[in-house]
Amino acid sequence: MTWNRKHLLTIEELSLAEIDQIHATAAAFRKILRRSVKKVPALRGKTIVNLFLEPSTRTRLAFEMAAKRLSADVISFDAASSSTQKGETLRDTAENIQALNADMLVIRHGASGSPLYLSRILDLPVINAGDGAHEHPTQGLLDTFTMKEHFGSMRGRKVAILGDILFSRVARSNLHALTKMGAAVTLVGPSTLVPSWFTDFGVTVSHDLKSALADAEVVMLLRIQHERQSAGHFPSLGEYTSMFGLNKTRASWLNPKAIIMHPGPINRGVEIDSELADGERSVILEQVANGIAIRMAVLYLCAGGQPESVASTD
Amino acid sequence: MSLLWISNARVIDPASKRDGVGDIFVRDGRISGPFSPSEKKDAAKIDGKGLVAAPGLVDIHVHFREPGQTHKETIGTGSRAAAAGGFTTVVCMPNTLPPADNAGTIQFINDAARRDSVVKVHPTGAITVGLKGQVLAPIGSLKRAGVVAITDDGDCVQSNELMRRALEYAKMFDMPVMDHCQDHSMTHEAVMNEGVMSTRLGLRGWPNAAEDLIVARNVVLSSYTGAHIHLQHISSEYSVETIRRAKARGLRITAEATPHHIALTDAALAGYDTNFKMNPPLRTEADRQAIIAGLRDGTLDCIATDHAPHTDYEKDREFDFAPNGIIGLETALPVVLEVLVRESGFELAAVVDLLTRRPAGVLGLAAGSLAEGAPADICLFDPDESWLYDAKAGFSKSGNSPWHGLTLRGRVKKTIVDGRVAFDGAAIL
Repeated sequence: MTWNRKHLLTIEELSLAEIDQIHATAAAFRKILRRSVKKVPALRGKTIVNLFLEPSTRTRLAFEMAAKRLSADVISFDAASSSTQKGETLRDTAENIQALNADMLVIRHGASGSPLYLSRILDLPVINAGDGAHEHPTQGLLDTFTMKEHFGSMRGRKVAILGDILFSRVARSNLHALTKMGAAVTLVGPSTLVPSWFTDFGVTVSHDLKSALADAEVVMLLRIQHERQSAGHFPSLGEYTSMFGLNKTRASWLNPKAIIMHPGPINRGVEIDSELADGERSVILEQVANGIAIRMAVLYLCAGGQPESVASTD
Repeated sequence: MSLLWISNARVIDPASKRDGVGDIFVRDGRISGPFSPSEKKDAAKIDGKGLVAAPGLVDIHVHFREPGQTHKETIGTGSRAAAAGGFTTVVCMPNTLPPADNAGTIQFINDAARRDSVVKVHPTGAITVGLKGQVLAPIGSLKRAGVVAITDDGDCVQSNELMRRALEYAKMFDMPVMDHCQDHSMTHEAVMNEGVMSTRLGLRGWPNAAEDLIVARNVVLSSYTGAHIHLQHISSEYSVETIRRAKARGLRITAEATPHHIALTDAALAGYDTNFKMNPPLRTEADRQAIIAGLRDGTLDCIATDHAPHTDYEKDREFDFAPNGIIGLETALPVVLEVLVRESGFELAAVVDLLTRRPAGVLGLAAGSLAEGAPADICLFDPDESWLYDAKAGFSKSGNSPWHGLTLRGRVKKTIVDGRVAFDGAAIL
């Protein structure tokens, strides 16, 4: 099967076969990343622009690293250094990037739907690096890639996603990927942050941590943000931790083989005990490492590469 | 003496309970009794065969953006869009720049209307100074300057106490108070209906409860003060039921529905198209059906477009950042015919009523009737003609319409204002 998608905008629109293709391509790049010479010439001569209009450390670094490993030229800029500060519209900014002959645009934006909007305007491939509370497809892909490394197939396996689901693009991308892969997904957290509307997507919504974690093979934690507290979504960080924070006792409810995931940045002591974040069940840093391979795969495929030809990229 | 004779049309005039094929006679700008044979010989003639002749349509909720935002629309261009859509009377909202919160601005609007408009334009005034919800605007002076109602429209008065005083004060002048029902504390940064769709799209939700609360507040205050409150663009099922109960108790509550809230739901937002972004937002199928049911049983009094022009470059943005609102004057009739007549089985006469006599009645306007002696404001339309709507080629200065590029059924053939043809089916005269 050939890859024929130009943009990566959401996981919701991907088929299971496409997710598998990206994972297979990432696995091939993962091997290359373990060699002493980690670079392949696949995108030599191409220029990738990272337009990050919202703060990011991990995602931006991983996209830059991925582009460099593929031998692309990469230019990154953020909101503070872009003309959007001077009132330039997103369309104008993007059209200027295209006029500079960029070959690909990676966008992070606080407004949901912005990557789709740009994909309709521009001729070049647009990669969504996170749009508002909508999707963060490469995060969902790297998370499910990491899960597959541990469990093989995810069919029938219980995955609990815990925390601020309402405002989380990571949760949305993961639930779309996981439901396509046949996993049993439970979203858990306070009722104000996990509205029942999510059940429409074929997942379970729970506000009972014990039953949600019971025998789960994966627990994915999401960052809890102070702003939600001031908006009345929960009383205090202390209460959140006491009700929903993951600690040793609660982790014992999980399946013995369970892994603990977090997309970062972590609030140690809020959504997760520091000990657990650094413990042997934590795969948080594996996620980060896999993030490079996934972004390499996505950049490579959307630039016109094919999954089966990765081996010949060097 | 000027004579106009429209022959053989299906004349539908709910005000005079007329519905049948016949003639309309116009003498010196007013509806007249039958002409004598010699008058018939002298009269200008319009063959109405195959067409419906209705009173000129009445829209009690439009934004013509003048003064202050004439890059979006002017009273001149807005009135042309109205005429092209069969409307002969419109009521403008006061959220201009500066806001219409003083007699001088009303005078400006009336002067511009006299000079530039091809239809009848009635201004509304603000409830509060600057639409800020803090201090009452000079409502008596506004009344004297000619406003037909007061409203803070998009800036719903949040203080119950201030709203109560506004109602009591306006009642002294027998002036309706129009309200856009929205509890702002519940809609911070909201851009679409809250529910499954907003959850899927990751957009901030505007819960229908924020409308329902203010609708209920207004019912309570109307009951307490005895003042007439007109509830604008009702979008929620719960609100429809609240209004139904208020009317059953005999309260002075009236309400309107827009063509877009009866034609569309939030499912239309899947592509983040900002031409489906408006306030209140498109809601669910259950809400849409409840609004249609409300129009059917009289709970909702009339159709109003909330014609809200914005330029292409303003709408061409990230969904979160685009302004609310769509234009509606040129598409209202075909959209309403599609939804209410063809989809929901309303009688054509009932739909004409919702677009003419009923909205005029809400504000006590001398419009919406073909009775003898009434101003000869007439809309002639073909209920079945299909046509391709190109919003960019329309008469409005803006093209922000969700119906752009679609084939619509039902077309205005002539719009007559005071006996004079203002729109001939193709051009403004």
